[in-house]
Amino acid sequence: MSESIQPSTPEGAATAVAETILEMRSITKTFPGVMALKDVSLDVRPGEIHAICGENGAGKSTLMKVLSGVYPHGTYEGEIVFEGTPVQFRGIRDSEHHGIVIIHQELALSPYLSIAENIFLGNERSTRGVIDWNKTNSDAAKLLAEVGLSESPDTKIYDIGVGKQQLVEIAKAMAKRVKLLILDEPTAALNDEDSAKLLTLIQSLRERGITSIIISHKLNEILRVADRTTVIRDGQTIKTFDMRVETVTEEDLIRAMVGRSMDHRFPERTPNIGTEVLRIEDWTVHHPIQQERRVVDNASLYVRRGEVVGLAGLMGAGRTELAMSIFGRTYGTNISGKVFKDGQEVSTHTVGAAIDSGIAYATEDRKRYGLNLLTDIKRNIAAASLRKVSKYGVVDAGAESNVASKFRSDMNIKAPSVDVLTGNLSGGNQQKVVLSKWIFTDADVLILDEPTRGIDVGAKYEIYTIINSLAAAGKAIIMISSELPELLGMCDRIYAISEGRVTGEVPREQATQENLMRYMTMVSDDKEVTR
Amino acid sequence: MTTLKDTLGGNLRQYGIVGALGVIVVLFQILTDGKLLLPNNVASLIQQNAYVMILALGMIIVIIAGHIDLSAGSVVGFVGAFVAVLMREQSWPWWLAIVGAIVIGMLVGAWQGFWVAYVGVPAFIVTLAGWLAFRGLAILILGGKTIASFPQEFVAISNKSIANFLGWLGGSRDTVTIVLGAVVVAALILSQLRARRTLRKHELHVEPVSGLLIKLVLFSLLIGYFTFVLAGSRGGTPIVLIIIGALVVTYSFITQKTVFGRNVYAMGGNLQAAILSGVNTKRMNFMIFVNMGMLAAIAGIVTTSKAGAASALAGQGYELDAIASCFIGGTSVYGGIGRVSGVIVGALIMGVLNMGLSIIGTDPAWQQVIKGLVLLAAVAFDLVNKRRSGALVR
Repeated sequence: MSESIQPSTPEGAATAVAETILEMRSITKTFPGVMALKDVSLDVRPGEIHAICGENGAGKSTLMKVLSGVYPHGTYEGEIVFEGTPVQFRGIRDSEHHGIVIIHQELALSPYLSIAENIFLGNERSTRGVIDWNKTNSDAAKLLAEVGLSESPDTKIYDIGVGKQQLVEIAKAMAKRVKLLILDEPTAALNDEDSAKLLTLIQSLRERGITSIIISHKLNEILRVADRTTVIRDGQTIKTFDMRVETVTEEDLIRAMVGRSMDHRFPERTPNIGTEVLRIEDWTVHHPIQQERRVVDNASLYVRRGEVVGLAGLMGAGRTELAMSIFGRTYGTNISGKVFKDGQEVSTHTVGAAIDSGIAYATEDRKRYGLNLLTDIKRNIAAASLRKVSKYGVVDAGAESNVASKFRSDMNIKAPSVDVLTGNLSGGNQQKVVLSKWIFTDADVLILDEPTRGIDVGAKYEIYTIINSLAAAGKAIIMISSELPELLGMCDRIYAISEGRVTGEVPREQATQENLMRYMTMVSDDKEVTR
Repeated sequence: MTTLKDTLGGNLRQYGIVGALGVIVVLFQILTDGKLLLPNNVASLIQQNAYVMILALGMIIVIIAGHIDLSAGSVVGFVGAFVAVLMREQSWPWWLAIVGAIVIGMLVGAWQGFWVAYVGVPAFIVTLAGWLAFRGLAILILGGKTIASFPQEFVAISNKSIANFLGWLGGSRDTVTIVLGAVVVAALILSQLRARRTLRKHELHVEPVSGLLIKLVLFSLLIGYFTFVLAGSRGGTPIVLIIIGALVVTYSFITQKTVFGRNVYAMGGNLQAAILSGVNTKRMNFMIFVNMGMLAAIAGIVTTSKAGAASALAGQGYELDAIASCFIGGTSVYGGIGRVSGVIVGALIMGVLNMGLSIIGTDPAWQQVIKGLVLLAAVAFDLVNKRRSGALVR
């Protein structure tokens, strides 16, 4: 399958060191029921910037976790060779000891400690357990100068922005004498200016002989800084591009990222689309903490009866934030815009009001936001519509059980009875309970956020069938998914979202992974990138 | 037999704690040479521990919802002082003073609920502040004195029994108590049969007849024996037992059958999911504390009545007894899990320990040590049990 470009030209690197600093050979990693990585190989040359790209869930982060020892040796198959010798990491400390440092997407800094304290966290400048503050601060100052951050080492982390925090992370890595720096989506939370600065820094690290692996969704950034790029799809290496010997375009990367055949993974459906049910106009939402940041930016969309509408976007594009801000303002601050239901403007200020307007939102993370795992199926199903099974504030347990039992058979929830705790169900069955709960509210519009995440293939098909039958019953469905084939297979219309803005609206006939990906990676005023 | 085991298995924790209560009762029955279960001792066990059960009924709701109330004991003292002043200095009739006390208790709850629900201050902090403030207010109201000499009716609440208007059965057993016991057994059997019939009607899973029978016979015997003992006490059924009984039934109903109760469990089980299901969590939190304040007021009335006097130090440490009862009774420290029946058993364990240890003349310092260890053992047992059965979600 992999057709990496073989003739390698180590240009610039005049040193006669080993040709690769890192080789990962035939890495296979399985989780219960899922094969996350299948026979993945990766080679990284010393002093290069190597980008890894692929769709959400393709296996990029898993591969990096294998490399950094988050998944220790023995939990995966395959071999890792670093600087010419096979290595077996038992944990992050092991890999860091060898000079491999990973910076995760969610920064791992302690907000109430100073920059200097964070840089040397777990790696303190001390003698016999007593910290040498002079050395800590002076060493930190040197590292800060190297990464180009002009802040005092005493500054607390919560006083500096995300962009500067990212630089602190890099300084922290350098304090560990990093040889191979792994950055997972380093610019995802940064604005353009900070992103540009960070990329320049990574390039300057290259001049100093530090090798970097960058995982990124932003193709323009990859094209700007990467020397080589490996594309991963469905847990397999697809192709390695060498940007120094060939001209690579975003199109080339996109094709490699999505090029997969569509088989019969989706049930047939003949859409019967009626009148408009929900319309969102000029919806703008600000970040709850960084209040000047627009997470959803002037978004407008609509959905009709019997229609399945998709929201496509990369991680952090603002899809979930859009949905949650509409649903009872459960996300964001300073929200503006209008919601129309059946042509009438409605208020969705509280979750109760949203439910009363006939809107339902099944959350992305079932366990954290969707279910009470401590209680049984029937109580979970009734949780959002207790009024329908109670009188004068007293719950009619019999009616509740009946409703739940009906859902259990209709939705094929595999459990011996409705008295089973939802914590004991499989992911697919938990999802069916969540869907039952929202269907029971009699909503006209169901917003389903990643309805098939973490669910095995068979159960996915069942969920698709349920979604189709809801549409056939005249419900309007908004489906948020990170899997493009799923959106293409299920939706009548797809909105692409990037940086909180609706960047494209594509009807089913015209939708392809390539054109969606183009809209999804569309960045505001694409700055001319310079090398 | 497997089906019987299945029914029992689901409630193993519940049965385990009842078993522990049984063991403790038998142990002290032996250690006290049979004095523990003497009729008068049983009656005073109830009268002395009424406050724990009343507070625990509010506390369990607070804890299931994921909060804690440290102020309950201080509120007991504050309300006790208040009701004493109303009766003695304002000359209110005793019944009106009680109504006033309950209202002030609810206002106290509203005050604390406001900070928890609408300002978002953690309940631990709000009620720690209340623990200090209401104790201080109790001292201020009483002005350092102890107020006593209450109307007879008021003192009777915690010290007297239901009048013996039906005479004596077999010479020494109070007929009223026997009748009440019979009513309770009949109600138990009827409610179980009704619940079973509803389940049948909805074609739901019912436990096997053998299981139900064993359960009913066991509980009927237990209640029967308890009734028999109590009927032999000096006065028969303590008035406060009726109050507790009514509250227990009410709160079992509220927690298990009402939308309010359901939402309490939903909030404790997964707050985010509850919010996203449309539960008005702010109003719920407010109501939960108003309810707690009301029960603290009732406990304050009962305590003041028992002592026959209001002192500024009344109710000290009561909140901890109530919290301990909840945890011994299987309420989850993280919220979301707990039952009124379990908490009552937990409160009885604390009560029997108190009573038994004082009958055998244990040093109060050692009593505290023992109660502390029992609390620790009960919760540790619970955790180990859950971990073994793989039911520990967090």
